[in-house]
Amino acid sequence: MTNAVNPIYRRRLWVHRIGIGLSFLAMLVGVGFLAWILVMLLIKGFSAVNLAMFTQNTPGSGSSGGGLLNAIVGSVLMVGVGTLISTPVGILAGIYLAEYGEVSWFAKVTRFVTDIMLSAPSIVIGLFVYAIYIATHIGGFSGWAGSFAISLIAIPVIVRTTDNMLNLVPTSLREAAFALGAPRWKVVTMVRLRAVKSGVVTGVLLAVARISGETAPLLFTAIGNQFFNVNMSRPMASLPLVINNFTMSADDNWIILGWGGALLITFSVLALNIISRVLSTPKVSG
Amino acid sequence: MSANLSSIKNPIVDNTTNKESAIAVDLALLSTMRAQRRQDSVFHVVTMFFALSVLLVLVGIIVSLVYGSWPAIKQFGFGFLTTADWDPVNDNYGALIAIVSTLVTSGIALVIAFPVSFGIALFLTEICPAWLRRPMGTAVELLAGVPSIIYGMWGLFVFGPFCATYIYPALKATIGHIPVIGQLFSGPISNNSVLTAGLVLSIMIIPFIASVMRDVFEVVPAVLKESAYALGCTKWEVVSKVVLPYTKIGVVGGVMLGLGRALGETMAVTFVIGNANQLSVSLFAPGNSIASTLANEFGEAADLHLASLLALGLILFVLTFIVLVAAKLLLLSMARQEGAK
Repeated sequence: MTNAVNPIYRRRLWVHRIGIGLSFLAMLVGVGFLAWILVMLLIKGFSAVNLAMFTQNTPGSGSSGGGLLNAIVGSVLMVGVGTLISTPVGILAGIYLAEYGEVSWFAKVTRFVTDIMLSAPSIVIGLFVYAIYIATHIGGFSGWAGSFAISLIAIPVIVRTTDNMLNLVPTSLREAAFALGAPRWKVVTMVRLRAVKSGVVTGVLLAVARISGETAPLLFTAIGNQFFNVNMSRPMASLPLVINNFTMSADDNWIILGWGGALLITFSVLALNIISRVLSTPKVSG
Repeated sequence: MSANLSSIKNPIVDNTTNKESAIAVDLALLSTMRAQRRQDSVFHVVTMFFALSVLLVLVGIIVSLVYGSWPAIKQFGFGFLTTADWDPVNDNYGALIAIVSTLVTSGIALVIAFPVSFGIALFLTEICPAWLRRPMGTAVELLAGVPSIIYGMWGLFVFGPFCATYIYPALKATIGHIPVIGQLFSGPISNNSVLTAGLVLSIMIIPFIASVMRDVFEVVPAVLKESAYALGCTKWEVVSKVVLPYTKIGVVGGVMLGLGRALGETMAVTFVIGNANQLSVSLFAPGNSIASTLANEFGEAADLHLASLLALGLILFVLTFIVLVAAKLLLLSMARQEGAK
């Protein structure tokens, strides 16, 4: 009872209440912005989602109708190729870090650099691919260049998760395998990697989610294409690129389609994120 | 393997006098081990090669950007960093506008994102009931999953107009009248401005900072917190006087990580910054960050213009690289301090 009247206690209690209240508010702000963005996407994009969106190509300026078929196909192709490139590279590099990383300074530096590359500006990756692939005339603006650029963004994600996951495997499991006379590469691939398979898959899914929404690295590599194209050595459309061009325009039909594409890409990316989270509940199986 | 094992086992069991077969077994074992050693070293080299490729990309980025921007570096020298001219018509370039806009937008983002992230991390680690922790944590992390171009669209069509109608006039009417600081909130209001870009960036980096803070808050030993509670501290006092001081290095690391993200963010900023090559004291005025300049102009650039843009890219990369290295070092030293205890 005395506590309630003591002014010092009362002040401390109020400071506490305000602090905790602000913390609630911060949480609300965070979740509120997510909700705001998703609701706006649903409101503005829903009218564009119909069969035509998946069956017709992007319309010309000023015309009505049309869809996003070429962009969807382009995105799937480039993300697919990007994932095919980055998955083996990322997993093998991750294995190196986890397996030989404790002793070698080279592995330590690589791990450090991977963490940096994880947050490196994606537009610089686009510039890099432009500089080594297009400016040197090895190839032109193309689906290959775009795939290569986004694979460079996916690699650090996969390296990092593979490394982290492999380190979860109990040493006793590895020692048991070694004691049976298994060579190192078998222990790594058939025991250690297999034990955290789902975790590694998570890394790949997260990387796919990350690169599906990337726009900046494609601006000067895949560059976009308003026609249907599955030839990877020619300029290629992608959903984020189309969204970029359409929403920056003054054409109403384009803007509506842009919102439709935005709805599609956001919900696919978030679904991938949630799936990978469900898969990744860190556990070591096997 | 299994074939070798059986060939080893059988002779030992039924025939100990047959030296020849024992030698054959030894040889078989030896060659198996030799083969395995060879496989292992191949495996080592292959995985090392792929790990090396990550380093090569980093080196490649720096080398290719320096090479590509060489004409601009030769032409303008260090003056490139301090000149505010960006004039494609007269082929005269300086990076000052872009650098300042980048730093200002990122600065605004940090000022707003830091307290909000702290609140979120505090909520998730100390206040939130256990059953709500996972969904809430996921919601915040999903904020990081939303592609940057979606933030750009939303900022352009929804958030920018909203701010220009409701928030900016209020800021102008209140803080705008304070001397000195008021300068920042004066002048004509537009939907797309440095301030809008800063605000959108702040939302984008909140999940990154909050997630690092959450991780470092979780490593605070329960004993420390319990001791403080036992002394009669309120939850707020425990957090501000025990948890925060204990984790300050990690918290700063998280903030730096957020800064690194904000500096290099491209699409969202390009949509909402207004894309005007000008320096203005007012935050309501449009500007042009390094990344947005690249996104807007790279497609049509050639020769010296192209080289200057690549030089901008180089500056951006070096800037983020330094910030991210600092962030990483801080977080590593936090982890080491943790390991030493």
